[in-house]
Amino acid sequence: MGDSGFYLIQQLLNGLTIGSTYALIAIGYTMVYGIIGMINFAHGEIYMIGSYIAFAVLAALAMMGIDSVSLMLVSAFVISIIITSTYGYAVERVAYRPLRNSNRLIALISAIGMSIFLQNYVRLAQGSRDIAMPGMISGGWTFGPEEGFHATVSYMQLIIFAVTFIAMTALTLFISRSKMGRACRACAEDLGMTGLLGINTHQIISITFVIGAALAAVAGVLLGMYYGVINPHIGFMAGLKAFTAAVLGGIGSIPGAVLGGLILGVTEAFTAGYFSTEYKDVVAFSLLVLILLFRPSGILGKPEVEKV
Amino acid sequence: MSECLLDVSDLSMRFGGLLAVDQMALKIRPGEIVSMIGPNGAGKTTVFNCLTGFYQATGGSVQYKGQAIEKVPGYKIARLGIVRTFQNVRLFKGMTVLENLLVAQHRHLNTGLLAGLFKTPGYRRSEEKAMARSEFWLDKVGLTEFANREAGNLAYGQQRRLEIARCMVTQPELLMLDEPAAGLNPNETAELDQLISDLRRDHGVTVLLIEHDMKLVMDISDRIYVINQGRPLASGVPEDIRNNPEVIRAYLGEG
Amino acid sequence: MKSLRYTPAVLSAVVLLVLTSLMMGVRLEPSGVGLKVSLADPSSLFWIAAGVAVVFFFQLFRAPIDQGLSGIKQQLPSINAAKLIKATEKKEAKTLLICFAVAGLMIWPFFVSRGAVDLATLALIYVMLGLGLNIVVGLAGLLDLGYVGFYAVGAYSYALLNQYLGLDFWSSLVLGGFLAAFFGFILGFPVLRLRGDYLAIVTLGFGEIIRILLNNWTTLTGGPNGISQIPKPTLFGLEFGRRAKEEGNVPFHEYFGIDYSSEYKVIFLYILAVLLVIATLFVINRLLRMPIGRAWEALREDDIACRSLGLNPTAIKLSAFTIGAAFAGFAGTFFAARQGFISPESFTFIESAIILAIVVLGGMGSQVGVILAAVIMTVLPEFAREFQEYRMLMFGLMMVCMMVWRPEGLMPMKRPHIKTKSSRSESGSPVKTASLAESV
Repeated sequence: MGDSGFYLIQQLLNGLTIGSTYALIAIGYTMVYGIIGMINFAHGEIYMIGSYIAFAVLAALAMMGIDSVSLMLVSAFVISIIITSTYGYAVERVAYRPLRNSNRLIALISAIGMSIFLQNYVRLAQGSRDIAMPGMISGGWTFGPEEGFHATVSYMQLIIFAVTFIAMTALTLFISRSKMGRACRACAEDLGMTGLLGINTHQIISITFVIGAALAAVAGVLLGMYYGVINPHIGFMAGLKAFTAAVLGGIGSIPGAVLGGLILGVTEAFTAGYFSTEYKDVVAFSLLVLILLFRPSGILGKPEVEKV
Repeated sequence: MSECLLDVSDLSMRFGGLLAVDQMALKIRPGEIVSMIGPNGAGKTTVFNCLTGFYQATGGSVQYKGQAIEKVPGYKIARLGIVRTFQNVRLFKGMTVLENLLVAQHRHLNTGLLAGLFKTPGYRRSEEKAMARSEFWLDKVGLTEFANREAGNLAYGQQRRLEIARCMVTQPELLMLDEPAAGLNPNETAELDQLISDLRRDHGVTVLLIEHDMKLVMDISDRIYVINQGRPLASGVPEDIRNNPEVIRAYLGEG
Repeated sequence: MKSLRYTPAVLSAVVLLVLTSLMMGVRLEPSGVGLKVSLADPSSLFWIAAGVAVVFFFQLFRAPIDQGLSGIKQQLPSINAAKLIKATEKKEAKTLLICFAVAGLMIWPFFVSRGAVDLATLALIYVMLGLGLNIVVGLAGLLDLGYVGFYAVGAYSYALLNQYLGLDFWSSLVLGGFLAAFFGFILGFPVLRLRGDYLAIVTLGFGEIIRILLNNWTTLTGGPNGISQIPKPTLFGLEFGRRAKEEGNVPFHEYFGIDYSSEYKVIFLYILAVLLVIATLFVINRLLRMPIGRAWEALREDDIACRSLGLNPTAIKLSAFTIGAAFAGFAGTFFAARQGFISPESFTFIESAIILAIVVLGGMGSQVGVILAAVIMTVLPEFAREFQEYRMLMFGLMMVCMMVWRPEGLMPMKRPHIKTKSSRSESGSPVKTASLAESV
């Protein structure tokens, strides 16, 4: 294998890293869409808030003189998940629940309003400039020829893969095994019917938002540490990308969201690696448009039958 | 069968593993009133959706005046003169009664952008004609006094009548009514009976009807098709259907 | 007291505390190479406490408050409706009112400061954008989140046509509108088959793609630096600068033999904006009463019923999208001429969101509402400078609140009242048949 082979492997690794975090965020879109059929436009901001909370926790622990990396990581995840989930819950409660029975357009506009509100709330609270944090986990595992291009898997990337895998497994178990998970699946099939069967659908919808937000928080912690820089505007683009991933995989389908995230991540990495970084967003959007035009049900989604 | 207005043969519609309509055949001659009856879930509305282009039938052929229309999109079928109502009334609820009728005439109007912006004489004439036709049908279905009321605020029976009027202003040849009597009281049903007969007599419309109200069906239909579980069960004049043991069994259950 | 709800009150207060704790309650600051976190300044902490207290007491007294609110809610629309009906009842009165309003708008700038006129011009640009987007969102019910893309097309058309081909404002105005409409047509063609919420995201994507292209196609557009020195509009070839830029041109003040004043230029731009808005209003009002306008609304109400009546949904959506884009193009061309400088900065998603907020606040489909909302949204932040910081926060909050409490907007759209022949003969007033078309 020559230089070009290792370069390709490097791009693939970078793509899968970003792709796994897209997948985590995309699950939030896909679950909410699966149950109430709306695009939670504010989901990207939830991810951004997750990053901010993680940074605050990490900085606080560092100032307290704690230097155990694993302790810092765990507390960042736990606290960020708790607070970010609360955001997910509150957003649904305030901006979406009163609109449960109204037109889709109305709910979507409310969601856009919520997104703008949250972004500016964070901007006012923390300023709009970049906040940088020195990397806590450095080093990695390099392979390749003695001379020429080396491919590197950083430890941070390995952590991202591992955490994403754990989160996905936990989610799958929850959905397929637990009583609550069964209720979620029932709601996705037929919300009205599930309500008639005596299941508190409001509660199930809240739980969906909480799970989505928790996964977005995980993505927020991971991506925040991976890039080392955050600002109040990162949620917008990440949200759009994750939405693209959800549509790509087939909105409503959780495995689809994962697959879509990975494909999008790799596509972006290749565009950036072989073409130009500036146009990677254009490629992502073009992918979204093409998928919606030629296969709106996505790779793993069920085609929708129009109810006349 | 060249005298057929609508000739359906072997029509099938499959949703995944479910065969909702199977080998359905239907012939309608000009000026007839034909009914389709069958238990709930028999596939009657699915047949309607296939005929009007909302679903792409998975098999079979639909000929309208000798022209194959099974692959034609819904809005083009409507332009050929096949117009339908819906089981759960679909009005433009936020628009006024009159606007509902004007919108329906869209394809007959002068829709040129510049003609409308400068209100050319041709444009004015076409608008006047549309108004006149709307008023005629408003009067016919007894909604004149509600012309400027929002359609969503009408009583249910009035909404049903408006939906029929909205079909009629498009000057259809084949009118397809999906359970027009559902939710109407006996008085309103009798009025509907009268209205449908008038439509045929005065306006030369052929009618295809899905209905559960047997009295209405038996009164009004020239011929009846019975469907059960997506399959044609029987067809004939009302008298035959009334006495057909298979039909009775389908409605009352086995045994 | 039965009506006091302690559990939800405590829960809500705790939720708010959790939400704000590590966000508003702390402040992240860079320190050296690291990151430092400190308690936020006292005023933020005060606001958190105040917020928690408000939420607690609101939830505690929820039942009585709700009762009170529903009482107020019932009163509100009736006041509006009564006033509106009175004002628009007589056609002559309406025409007179419009004439006075237009005259007032034309005379007013001569008595106020330059800054005020400039601000009014900006407000008028937003009026135009709001009216244009109102066609797409309010009438046709298509949520277009990339509307700013067409605005950008209009602005860059003028800038580039002028820079490379030397075209003047007037021909660019026409071309800019056409180009934006063309873009709308080309982009709309594939995406309009999509369902509503997908359409929103795809248009958002297109808006971003246009902006990214403008940012990166440096050789043509100047990239992030934008294009500067875009000439101002001329009045039949008369320029408004101190000296004519082009050989052989005479500046406005020399032609009329008056002293030079930069105010003429500002007022001229303002009057131009007023005329453009009037033209926009005229066209939209005609469209509304034309078959195409009715079809837009019918499509918003029920596209399945539309198809069953022989209306082609794609063609109708496309016409709304294209015509809406054309107005954005006109507004964009004028914007470029007014600023004299454009860059991709001016065409971010936030701009689309502001225009959408205008439509939502005013009332989807309502012309008067949108005008009012555009003026409020542009003028209010100027009056309270401290408010500027909080502008977008308020816009976001307002969009949510409007959707929850008053989705029809401040001034809901009024349905056109069309007189039927029979109702006229009943009331006994003889009316010529010719006026029928007038009222349709």
